[in-house]
Amino acid sequence: MTLGLYPGCSLKGSSREYAESVLAVAKAFDIKIEEIADWNCCGATAAHNMNKELSLALPARILSLAEKQGMTEIVVPCAACYSRLTLTKHELSKDPALKAAVTEANGLEYKGTVNVLNIIQMLDKYITPNFESRVVKPFDHKVACYYGCLLVRPHEILKFDREEDPQSMDVLMLKAGAIPIDWAFKTECCGAGLSVSRTSSVGRLSGKIIGDAKDRGAEAVIVACPMCHSNLDMRRDAINSYLGEKIDIPVLYITQAIGLALGLDRKALGLQRHFVKVSV
Amino acid sequence: MSKIGVFVCHCGENISATVDCAKVAETAGNYDGVAFSVDYKYMCSDPGQNLIKSAIKEKGLTGVVVASCSPRMHEPTFRKACAEAGLNPYMCEMANLREHCSWVHEKGEATTEKAIDLVRILVEKVKYNQSLNSIKVPVTKTALVIGGGIAGIQASLDIANTGHKVILIEKDPSIGGHMSQLSETFPTLDCSQCILTPRMVEVAQHPNITLYTYAELESLEGFIGNFKARIRRKSKSLDEKLCTGCGLCTIKCPVKKIPSEFNEGLGKRTAIYVPFPQAVPNKPVIDRINCTYYIKGKCKICEIVCPTGAIRFDQEDQIVEAEVGAIVIATGFTVKQPDFFPEYGYGKYPDVITGLQFERLASASGPTLGEIRRPSDGKVPEKIVFLACAGSRDPAKGIPYCSKICCMYIAKHAMLYQHKVRGGKSYVFYMDIRAGGKMYEEFVRRAIEDDGVNYIRGRVSRIYEKNGKLIVDGADTLLNAMPVEIEADMVVLATAGVANEGAEELAQKLHISYDPYKFFAEAHPKLKPVETNTAGIFLAGACQAPRDIPESVAMASGAAVKVAGLFSQDELTREPIIAVVNRQAPPVYSSCVGCFLCVSACPYQAIEKEEIKNRDGEVIKSIAKVNPGLCQGCGTCVAFCRTKSIDIQGYTHEQMYTEVVALLNEY
Amino acid sequence: MFEHTEVNASHCYQCGKCSAGCPLSEEMDYPPSVIMRMLQTGNPDLEDKVLRSFSIWVCLTCEMCFARCPMSIDIPKMMDFLREKSINDKKANPKAKEIVAFHKSFLDSIKFTGRLYEIGLFVDYKARTLRILDDLALAPKMMKRGKLNIFPELIKDRSGVAAIFRKSNKKNKN
Repeated sequence: MTLGLYPGCSLKGSSREYAESVLAVAKAFDIKIEEIADWNCCGATAAHNMNKELSLALPARILSLAEKQGMTEIVVPCAACYSRLTLTKHELSKDPALKAAVTEANGLEYKGTVNVLNIIQMLDKYITPNFESRVVKPFDHKVACYYGCLLVRPHEILKFDREEDPQSMDVLMLKAGAIPIDWAFKTECCGAGLSVSRTSSVGRLSGKIIGDAKDRGAEAVIVACPMCHSNLDMRRDAINSYLGEKIDIPVLYITQAIGLALGLDRKALGLQRHFVKVSV
Repeated sequence: MSKIGVFVCHCGENISATVDCAKVAETAGNYDGVAFSVDYKYMCSDPGQNLIKSAIKEKGLTGVVVASCSPRMHEPTFRKACAEAGLNPYMCEMANLREHCSWVHEKGEATTEKAIDLVRILVEKVKYNQSLNSIKVPVTKTALVIGGGIAGIQASLDIANTGHKVILIEKDPSIGGHMSQLSETFPTLDCSQCILTPRMVEVAQHPNITLYTYAELESLEGFIGNFKARIRRKSKSLDEKLCTGCGLCTIKCPVKKIPSEFNEGLGKRTAIYVPFPQAVPNKPVIDRINCTYYIKGKCKICEIVCPTGAIRFDQEDQIVEAEVGAIVIATGFTVKQPDFFPEYGYGKYPDVITGLQFERLASASGPTLGEIRRPSDGKVPEKIVFLACAGSRDPAKGIPYCSKICCMYIAKHAMLYQHKVRGGKSYVFYMDIRAGGKMYEEFVRRAIEDDGVNYIRGRVSRIYEKNGKLIVDGADTLLNAMPVEIEADMVVLATAGVANEGAEELAQKLHISYDPYKFFAEAHPKLKPVETNTAGIFLAGACQAPRDIPESVAMASGAAVKVAGLFSQDELTREPIIAVVNRQAPPVYSSCVGCFLCVSACPYQAIEKEEIKNRDGEVIKSIAKVNPGLCQGCGTCVAFCRTKSIDIQGYTHEQMYTEVVALLNEY
Repeated sequence: MFEHTEVNASHCYQCGKCSAGCPLSEEMDYPPSVIMRMLQTGNPDLEDKVLRSFSIWVCLTCEMCFARCPMSIDIPKMMDFLREKSINDKKANPKAKEIVAFHKSFLDSIKFTGRLYEIGLFVDYKARTLRILDDLALAPKMMKRGKLNIFPELIKDRSGVAAIFRKSNKKNKN
């Protein structure tokens, strides 16, 4: 069975290493992955902030394409895209009038049959059963697993893990040989889409996250969203400026950490692309 | 030949505003069997009633139809008037022209026509009415009080002081309930146990009260005035007559680490234990789940050290059967553990505690002997934060209703803290302050103005631990929702008051109603707060809804008076509107075939099996029989009966059919 | 608002838990619970103030408020609605210029290519906001790390995507 992949815009550009690590891990486990053909941007934050119909039509188009291509299940590594796709699926299933309007705007048939997985669900389903036995280089570090907002909220619709103190990434990291720490900013927002338009806010919010992780002795922060990664990694200068000190804690994608534990090549996982040097 | 009197009431303007009462009376006067028909402004008034009485006497009326308001209002009034005039009261019926007609329709011909119809069908029904007599039931003058908290104690004492016997059962080893766990009570800051324990002792010593602790209701049968209760006295593993309460066993018991229920988990107790020093009775019980002897068969140290040889490891539960005439339920409430708020960290951080746990810290008989100390490291907190509504008024995660007492006890806790920790800083995050009782508002003002408690209006979003402190993230909604962050040493959550775990089961044993929150249902929310819909069973205290001590005591006394009222008669009078299984001459005896579907259908367990025997004692036929003392006249059995053998007096098949036919026929 | 979002402002009893948990509340002119109160009153002046507020634009839709609200009020949905209306009524707060510009630039980019073209986004954004020097040093760093595509990725069905934009903009004037 082929698993569909919706990379989203960031994985093709500013978070290329995430896509690289996802594909590397999938390859290591012989998972057949296929990118959805001719996929469009899901609209991310901009669409739902400005135009409700647009914010539903763009993700619906993606799901329609996946259906047309015979996919039953897709993995969406970007948490924001995952949120948009899942929320769209929910809204359209609830409201037939909305579904009709969106289908009309798209010009594509929409059945709502594709199962949407986030990266952790995909890892749990496809690799966890065989994972521990294949760990050759245990990721023996204290890690702060950062879930961000959109993986776990709103819980009633996503129905994934739990809203307060989620554990799914921690469990995966434990299996990878890491020591996940208990910390206070697991699900606090990093500053999301304000990265460009209001960088100071990102400095503050992401700064609090990195600050707490550092205070509790984390050696790495593990993320599952390219936006969070970008804010915690690329915007490290803003963070350092907020905290008043230079913090070196690297930020890794969950797939990169798992890749390292499996002994995969560092370059294949894209670690050299980070702004904050990955020394672990 | 019927001679029915029709009396149409104007009810001031309530009926006459939309119904032409004179026309109704006139039309009714022309019906067959109606000997007298009149309309009048206020039938329920004295002149109105006299109108009925004189008509009965002068015209020799055999039946009366009063066309006025709902029978729920004045049926007793008019029936009494008829009885005084010498007419059997059950020959009087009411046509509801108000709630069923004038109040729900516009003025017009159709409305008057409907009123005429309503009168007509009752006139036809009354032609089939039979004289009925009230049923008399004997009364056992002993009361059963379930629950030994302040409400149960008060009710027991009040009933006992009227000269009647009381059996008080309490499921814990001691009476006292939650009030015995409190340190001080609002608004007087009286020491809770100081005001409670004299009552507890009074209960134990009262000649009219039989106290069973560590006991629960096993089952209940019967009806008002005639209940049969089976009480399970759980085995204490102790001969209470020999035990002197010296307490040596509790000192010597080697199992010392069981979390104490009385101390809400903050302290420890032994396996053989007395829940608190002022317990009544002050005799220990053995917790068989944790006692080494029952687990492994070893130890028995308590038996060895007991100076009077009172320990009885083989003692079994005892079932006591009691005949009682009334029951008062005073089983109280419990607090909802706030672990459903993961954002507050209860259960994760030891220094986040509930209000009841704070009471135990503040209490002189508590695990810290009255000093406020952090459960984690025993240090005295310099900054303490109280969260109101941690579970109440929360449809998303908790319960939607308000638990009533928390605003007051938070103010109390904050004051106690300020009194005990001079220089300490306390904060209360609240949404509203509900201080409606006597001296309550002044009490809260005292906390704010005299004791310097900081009240911040806003809920807390989350609490997390950092460097040994609890970081509390809230907002001040009176300052444009300005974020407020406090680094606290201890956080106290005002938990929701909810029904006890066994409440539903108990309600079903007693056949009383309860609401969706498993609080027991009162008969009428405004006017019958201490009665249930089940005759003879009364409510007192927080088992009906969260409430404070003065209200619980008041309610308990109210329930006691109802019981005393019940016991002031030797016989009870009941309405004869009950089901009856027909009896006929032999060899039929009854059209009932003995299928007993009615027995399973009856919600009140009011139908029994009756064996009809011949002179040799052989059973000829088994038929159903309705217990006139239990039947509530609901009619469920009538609907079930396949042979139409059971009927309701006053609402027979014949009467009902006649009404329908009368409605369909136009005169 | 209720018809469009199913959010009933009368449910809010002003507990403030949303504002307490909102990561951006200290940067807002009206924190979320205050916005709710302003809408509750039904006062058109206050509604106007809400649409002109900075709060709605700095809101990250992180969903924290909704997760904690004891009345389960869908505040993020309400914020989306307010934003859309604020733009359509031309009431967007001038302080939010950069934020609105970013969203517009983002949508413009995907309208034409179907996928985000970062350089195109930046150029458009800087043209709208005149923040030419901002993040200028970032571009070469990103390029060095292979994170910046020089050329846009064009999907085949660009007209389909453009049609979606056209049809959903019918009612709005973006």
